[in-house]
Amino acid sequence: MSVSPPDAAAGPSRGRRAASPVRLLAGAVGTVLAASFVIFSSLSVAPGDPVSQILGQKATDAQRAAMRTQLGLDDPLLVRYWHWLTGVVHGDFGTSLTYRQSVSGLLGPRILTTLALVVMSAVIILLVGVALGAFGGTSQRWRPVVNGVVGFGVAIPGFVAASVLISIFAVKLGWFPTYGAGSGFVDRIWHLTLPAVALSLGWTAYVAQMTAAAVKEEASREHVMTATGRGLPRQLVFRRHIMRNASIPVLTASGLTVAGLVAGSVVIESAFAVDGIGSLLIKSVSNKDYSVVTAISLLIVIVFVLVTTVIDFAQAALDPRLRDGGKV
Amino acid sequence: MTSDRLLSIEGLRVDLPSRSGSRERRTVIHDVTLSVDDGESVGLVGESGSGKSMTTKATMRLLPPGAKVSGGLTFRGESVLDYSRKELAAYRSRKVSMIYQDPRAHTNPLLTIGDFLVEGVVATGQMSRADALDQACALLVDVGVTDAERRMLQYPHQLSGGLLQRMMIVMALMPSPELILADEPTTALDVTVQSEVMAILAEQIRERSLGMLFITHDLDLAAAVTDTLAVMYAGVIVERGPSDEVYSKPRHPYTAALLKSRPSAVKVERLETIPGRPISAYEAGPGCVFAARCPFATEECREVRPALRQVGGRSVACHRAEDIASELFEGLSA
Repeated sequence: MSVSPPDAAAGPSRGRRAASPVRLLAGAVGTVLAASFVIFSSLSVAPGDPVSQILGQKATDAQRAAMRTQLGLDDPLLVRYWHWLTGVVHGDFGTSLTYRQSVSGLLGPRILTTLALVVMSAVIILLVGVALGAFGGTSQRWRPVVNGVVGFGVAIPGFVAASVLISIFAVKLGWFPTYGAGSGFVDRIWHLTLPAVALSLGWTAYVAQMTAAAVKEEASREHVMTATGRGLPRQLVFRRHIMRNASIPVLTASGLTVAGLVAGSVVIESAFAVDGIGSLLIKSVSNKDYSVVTAISLLIVIVFVLVTTVIDFAQAALDPRLRDGGKV
Repeated sequence: MTSDRLLSIEGLRVDLPSRSGSRERRTVIHDVTLSVDDGESVGLVGESGSGKSMTTKATMRLLPPGAKVSGGLTFRGESVLDYSRKELAAYRSRKVSMIYQDPRAHTNPLLTIGDFLVEGVVATGQMSRADALDQACALLVDVGVTDAERRMLQYPHQLSGGLLQRMMIVMALMPSPELILADEPTTALDVTVQSEVMAILAEQIRERSLGMLFITHDLDLAAAVTDTLAVMYAGVIVERGPSDEVYSKPRHPYTAALLKSRPSAVKVERLETIPGRPISAYEAGPGCVFAARCPFATEECREVRPALRQVGGRSVACHRAEDIASELFEGLSA
């Protein structure tokens, strides 16, 4: 839960002019470019010096100057950005200063681990969160119970959940391993179960809260009364007139949540010593390994942009009013 | 006066929880007695907050959870309040249809018109989807929609209010119901299309000789399209009788006051108003609900609630109906 929750109140923007696919894609590329520049330039002004990180404190000034020139650190910012960007376009994210290895080679296997963790968490969040929310939003009697559970889930930070889960399920009961990502499909799932639960706990509660609110609101709409008044079976009214309409805000919230999981994995991967993108980011930040930090940050931005673009398309598919650009 | 009239409401009383969680309830309907026969159009007239819509919601059993309903509510002699879930579904899906005030709020914006029109009869197993679509098209033509097939593929936000209300009328007619509840069907529409939509609705009801309970605050409109008028104030029916008689010779001071406070199409003069403000049902004291605003009220009126009784060929809930008859007509004949 290191990222602030996506804006819940915004929901789907009704009546907003629908963007054409071309404009959506152009906007996505523009966003990624702008973000990459912000990331790149802010890391270049961040305190700390990669040169002393590499050469250590005892290096002479001449050695330092030579290293600076070798790394291109004395070039103007825009020139360095341009070099970096052209490299990225050709698939070259630079070289890690600490690992002495290409950044793409470093990220490749870790992306798979983090992806597995994120997918498992996303499945938990969507299944449990939406089910819990739909239940809490419909059943008046169970609403307080669901609210309580949800409040509890939101309030627990991921690293606390991680240590509690480790001490109970890994140390005391010994059902799951305490660290590592495992190898092979089943072993990996077994290794990543506790991290996925820890990662998804807060977000599950958040999605449940969003779903409950959306379901409650949609259930109170007049057209739901029309449907009930026509004698439609309750499940049909629920499915077709409540859940379907509530799915738009729920989709938005859970989409942004899943996108945020990559960032959230930073804490959880460190807690469970899972060697993924998140733990690599933390190590690289403390080592001032800027090319790795830049690449991971850019990756997180790309995931966000991809997910929001998909959400935009999905909203238009679900809501005919968005397809018409809000015309009445 | 047999018990298997189409719809019969006897001494209906509705209390709603005042706020979620609190045990207090407030009365929204004190005492409503009215009936609708086959092919009869009954107008239920009253100001906002008088309980008209609550009466229709109670008839459909669509009141919010926690509502307490007492009194009799029978459809063809069967108590609607005692219906099982299955019987209620059959009643709502086949016997009674409701047309709502605001067609835009009452249609799901995510479904096409075609889906909206056919989903009732299809989901309750009355028709195949193909048959339902055919019938919907035919009904659309009946209500004057020329390009029915194209309309079926459109979404509610692409239709004007008047057109959407015609869709609502078609939706109501789809299962061939016996009774239509129309809750201010033209109030939310542009003035220019109100009369058109009303004419279409009245024609469909007449052609099929359906029973209709027509809710409105427009006394002139009600008098024009209904056979029987029931005038409601603060959750109580104060006068009920044949429309033309109630309209031309009101016997309850409230009806008379309503008639006097309409703008005239020919004369330009200051409108008469009813002194005081309309009260809600839960504010009514022990006496006549209209006593506080009635120029004829006596001590008895303020203490004893008058029951509906037969006066001059209709039911009137007024202690002084006979005494004040001539004064009520005054100023109306003009």
